[in-house]
Amino acid sequence: MDTIYSVLGAILPFEAYQFNFMRNAFLAILLLTPLLGLLGTMAVNHQMAFFSDALGHSALTGIGLGIIFGLGNDLVAMLIFGIIWAILICLIRQFGSASADTVISVFSSTSVAAGLLILARGGKFAKYSSLLIGDILAVTPGDLFWLLIALICTLVFWALLYNSLLLTSVDSFLARSRGVKTILVEIAFVVMVAVAVMLSIRWVGVMLINALLILPAAAGRNIARSARQHAAWSVAIALFSGLVGLTLSYYLDTSAGASIVLISAMCYAVSLAVRSIRK
Amino acid sequence: MPLHHCELCHIDLDRISVRRGGQILLQDVSMHIHCGQLTVLIGQNGAGKTTLIRALLGQLRYSGLIRHVDGRGLNIPHLRTGYVPQHLQFDREMPLTVRDFVAASLTKRPVWTGVGKKVRAQVNEILSAVNAESLADQPLGRCSGGELQRVLLALAMNPPPDLLVLDEPVSGIDRNGLKMFLETLLDLKKTHHMAILLVSHDLRFVREYADHVVLLDKSVLAQGSAAEVFASPEFSAVFGYSGEEEEAE
Repeated sequence: MDTIYSVLGAILPFEAYQFNFMRNAFLAILLLTPLLGLLGTMAVNHQMAFFSDALGHSALTGIGLGIIFGLGNDLVAMLIFGIIWAILICLIRQFGSASADTVISVFSSTSVAAGLLILARGGKFAKYSSLLIGDILAVTPGDLFWLLIALICTLVFWALLYNSLLLTSVDSFLARSRGVKTILVEIAFVVMVAVAVMLSIRWVGVMLINALLILPAAAGRNIARSARQHAAWSVAIALFSGLVGLTLSYYLDTSAGASIVLISAMCYAVSLAVRSIRK
Repeated sequence: MPLHHCELCHIDLDRISVRRGGQILLQDVSMHIHCGQLTVLIGQNGAGKTTLIRALLGQLRYSGLIRHVDGRGLNIPHLRTGYVPQHLQFDREMPLTVRDFVAASLTKRPVWTGVGKKVRAQVNEILSAVNAESLADQPLGRCSGGELQRVLLALAMNPPPDLLVLDEPVSGIDRNGLKMFLETLLDLKKTHHMAILLVSHDLRFVREYADHVVLLDKSVLAQGSAAEVFASPEFSAVFGYSGEEEEAE
C-alpha cells in the first residue's frame, strides 16, 4: 500500500493528494467508476434506469433486515437483500402483466418504507443518515481490496455475458431463437448491478448511486455510434467526473458524491449539445 | 388428416397441438415443409400462425411430433432453425452498428472490446450474401425496414439452417425494399439446401412466389399449390371472397 501511496504522491502533485484518505478515495474512484460506467451502458440500453434507482433504495431495507436478523455486517446484509430484490423485480417484470415501471415503483416505495420503518425506530435514524449521502473519504485499504476483486469478477462475467445481453436488449424473442437463455442472462445482469450498487453505496450514498450508474452511460450514448464507443465514452466520462469531482470537492469543501454527480450531469449536457450539433 | 410419405427431405409436423390456459391455440396441425421449397402459411389474425412458428422454434410446449426426415423417411437427428422476426422492437437510439449486432450473434468475444479481423471478415461475408455489406458501419437504429429485414435474414442464415422461418417479413417495407428482400430470399432458396416457411398476409405475393400454401385456422383448413388453396371453399370462408375474385382485382 505504501508503494502505491508514494506513486500516487509523485504523479498527483496537488495538495489534496498529500493525504492518505484522499489517496484511498482516488483509488476507490479509479476502481468504482469504470465498473459502474460499463454496467451503466447496458442498464441504459435495457431501459433499466428506474430499476437501478429502486435497487439503490433497497439498501435501506437490507441494512434494516440485517439488524433484525442480527447480521453483524451491513454490507453482507445489503448484498443478500439487494440480490434477492433484484431477482424478484426481474422475474415479476418477465412474467407479470403490469407495466415495468409500475412494478418497479411498487418495489421501490415498499423498500424505502420498510427500511425507514426499521432504521428509524425510536428516532435513531441519524445514525444511518450517512448512508443517504455516502462518504467516499471513509474508504479503507481493505475496502479497496474488495473493490478490486469485485471489479475483476464483474469484468469476467461482463465479458462472458455481454453479447447475449446485447442480443436480448435488441429483441428477446430473436435472442431466444439463437439459443440465448434470456431469463438467466437478465438475472445474471441484475445480480451484477446489485453487487456493484451495494458495494458503492456506502461511499456514494443511496440518493446519488443511480446517477453514477446512469449519467455517464447516458452521456456516452449521445456521442457514441457503436457498442465499443459507448463503453469507451461511458468509462471515460465516469472516470473524468469521478476524479475531477473528488478533487474539486476537496478544494471547495463540498460533498464528494454530489460534486461527482454534478460533473457527470455537465458531461451529459455537453453530450446533448454535441448530439444536436451533429444532427 | 395423415399425410402420405413423399420422396423429398422435409420437416414433418404430425398432429401438433398447443393449449394454453384451457384455450386451444392449435389443434392437430399436420403438414410437410419441404427442402428447396417456399411454403407459405396464410390465415386470419389469431389463426395460430405465430404459435405454430414458436412451436417449430422450440419456444413453447406442444403435443405431437416434429421430425426432420430425409428422402427415405429416415430421421435426421438435428433440426437447425433460422428465424426472421416480423420486426424488431428495439430502442433505435442504441449505439450499436450493424457490424456489432451481427458480430454479437456470431462470437463470444464481447463486442464492446471491438470486432477482430477474422470476425470482421466473416460479418462482411455474411452481409454481402444479402447485399447489405454497405450497412456494416451504420447504426442498427438507422436502417430502413427493408435493410433491417435483410440484416435479420443474413443472421438467420448463419449458421446455415435446415429450416428458415420468416414471420411476416415483408409487412411495413417499402416497394423497393420488398423487391430486394424477395430477390435475396429466392436467391438463397436456389443456392442453399433448406426448407423455408414464411407467414404472409400479402396474397398477391403468395400467388406469385409460394411453392406450397397452407391455410391455417387452429388446424389446417386447406393445403396445396396457391391455385388449389385459393380456389378452395375454405379459402372463401376465411377471407370472405374467392381466389378468382382476388385475381380479377
